[in-house]
Amino acid sequence: MITTTEQLQSYLESFSEFMKQSPGRDLAWLRKLRQDGFARFCEVGFPTTRDEDWRFTNVSAIAKSVFHLADNTAGAISHHEIEAQRIPDAACRLVFVNGRFSAELSSFDTLPSGVEVSGLAAKIESDPSSVERHLGRYLNTQRDAFSALNTAFAGDGGYVHVARGTVLEHPIHLLFVSTGNSSDSSLLMTHPRNLIVAEAESEVTVIEEYISLDESVSFCNAATELVAGDGATVSHYMLELENRNAFNVSTLRMQQGRSANVSSHSVLLGGALVRNNVHPVLAGEGGECLINGLFAGSGEQHLDNYMLVEHASPHCGSRQFYNGILNDRAHGVFHGRIIVHKDAQKTDAKQTNRNLLLSDNARIDTKPQLEIYADDVKCTHGATIGQIDEGALFYLRSRGIEEASARKLLLSAFAGECLDRMKPGAARSHVERLIDESLASFLQSPATASGEMTLCERELSWEEVG
Amino acid sequence: MSLLEIKNLHASVDGHEILKGIDLTINAGEVHSIMGPNGSGKSTLAQVLSRHPAYEVTQGQAIYNGKDLLEMKPEEAACEGIFLAFQYPVEIPGIGNAYFLRSALNAIRKYRGEDEMDAIDFLPMFREKLKLLEMDDKLMSRSVNEGFSGGEKKRNEILQMAVLEPKLAILDETDSGLDIDALKIVAKGVNALRNSERAMLVVTHYQRLLNYIVPDFVHVLVDGRIVRSGGKELALELEEKGYVFETEARQAMLA
Repeated sequence: MITTTEQLQSYLESFSEFMKQSPGRDLAWLRKLRQDGFARFCEVGFPTTRDEDWRFTNVSAIAKSVFHLADNTAGAISHHEIEAQRIPDAACRLVFVNGRFSAELSSFDTLPSGVEVSGLAAKIESDPSSVERHLGRYLNTQRDAFSALNTAFAGDGGYVHVARGTVLEHPIHLLFVSTGNSSDSSLLMTHPRNLIVAEAESEVTVIEEYISLDESVSFCNAATELVAGDGATVSHYMLELENRNAFNVSTLRMQQGRSANVSSHSVLLGGALVRNNVHPVLAGEGGECLINGLFAGSGEQHLDNYMLVEHASPHCGSRQFYNGILNDRAHGVFHGRIIVHKDAQKTDAKQTNRNLLLSDNARIDTKPQLEIYADDVKCTHGATIGQIDEGALFYLRSRGIEEASARKLLLSAFAGECLDRMKPGAARSHVERLIDESLASFLQSPATASGEMTLCERELSWEEVG
Repeated sequence: MSLLEIKNLHASVDGHEILKGIDLTINAGEVHSIMGPNGSGKSTLAQVLSRHPAYEVTQGQAIYNGKDLLEMKPEEAACEGIFLAFQYPVEIPGIGNAYFLRSALNAIRKYRGEDEMDAIDFLPMFREKLKLLEMDDKLMSRSVNEGFSGGEKKRNEILQMAVLEPKLAILDETDSGLDIDALKIVAKGVNALRNSERAMLVVTHYQRLLNYIVPDFVHVLVDGRIVRSGGKELALELEEKGYVFETEARQAMLA
């Protein structure tokens, strides 16, 4: 445990060190971006539960630990160790070890012309002006200490640029590996920064996947700026699969142009304390945004989903669907905030959060928050909290399916609602496999209350049309 | 040896005793009908026999095929050949009908030490059964019972029975909510499955179903006990005189 001053001192040391050897350290605009980010972080500090946006998530475990940036010696891992994470049919795979791009572990097989994929650090060195055009222009560092901190340490991550009209059929896979196998035993932090730019009428799928190779404690604070030009179609996947000691905060900021169609799919299966921020801004007319997610927690996991959907232009549609499955003492949070700006007439925004609690000690906090400043919009939101349907369970068992398999079928069906919203293809198949493995582990400690089942479904729903 | 032998069966739910001493013997090849007024325990008997965990057996025994039925879990009873056609079939969003039925069939085959059936072998057999129940195969790509009409749900129960080929089929008010055309289709499906190996227990409130599924024996259940047993003509008598007569007779007997 450390005091606030010691904590800032530790980040200051890391920051000074980082500024001396970071990519693009001589670029004035980038220095300023980082310095402003760090200043903002020092000013606001880590949020507390007194902050409305963090009411259900206590990050003091992150605040009170001392984390260091990984040094250059980290990253001695082999292809073999990440083989299980290979996605067949991926267009390319970029591997980042403790936040740093590893050319050895990455593979670029079949990239068509018009598609540029590299590590952000390399791009900053080779072509800073392309990076400058977008980096830091969208992410709001004022609201959130984590985004500010990420910006202070913005150095490496995925850089994806898809030229106008280019269609990339296969997904781009960004794999972030954390491993404690570094030269010393201090706790590692990483601040991956991704920049995805899909120019007008282009089409691309990007998968961000976070994994651990061991049980070490780590803090991953990722931020992604995703720019979808006019008429672009982009699918983004955030897959959290880290170990049960990991802290993971990620922020996806999507900027959508006219008639752009963006889907965000978040699948949170791992981590100890996870905060998943998704913040689309529908800036051009006629944009469509799907925000789809599944969070499945067990043990002591804390999985927090914070949605901020901003309708800034007329005739845009947004759909939020999040399903949560919580077992043991796991705690899930869904915070769905929708802001409809004054000029965003004919907005059609929908939000649904469905949750299954598998044990008496599991907990979900679900909270809608609508701020509507236009007068001709349609916004609906609803949330349900329930348990496994015992009637359905008995029905399956009465047909010969054993209890554990029947439970698995029902959980898969519930999770399947999220899978159904993903386009069939390599990315979805990969996610399907991960969910399947994760749900199987839920059944190793099956609820043994079969003798005295109580059926209880509590449904809360709100409707607001105005 | 009888297929099912129930002796002095008592069962409760939430502490309320519903079955108060049932004796019933069913042999292979026989069709028995349980009739009785609402709340007499007909459905409870069906649920207990299919091993619903909410019902607690407090006394008595049920020997099925030489084994203690009351020791079995629902899935074990199913694998041993007991099938319950639900009064209110459950909707299960997200699980496809055909997939569900093949999973069930394979669970039972596995239990019996038989090879699992793949989709290629399953499909022709399945199509055959669909035809028997005059069901649209479009329904089968949908989720289990989801968006089905009442009649479609009941037909789906008999379809499952046709695929799973139980030794003892329990039909719990399969006729309720069916129009006459649907009732005839369901009865045709059930009758096609009658044979010398298979027994059926048809639970119903009305005699109408028994015009189409003609039972060998009829039992009248009142207040958790079988008060009268007889042949198929008993059903007609009940239709004429009503259950009030039976209830009064029973009360007179107790007094």
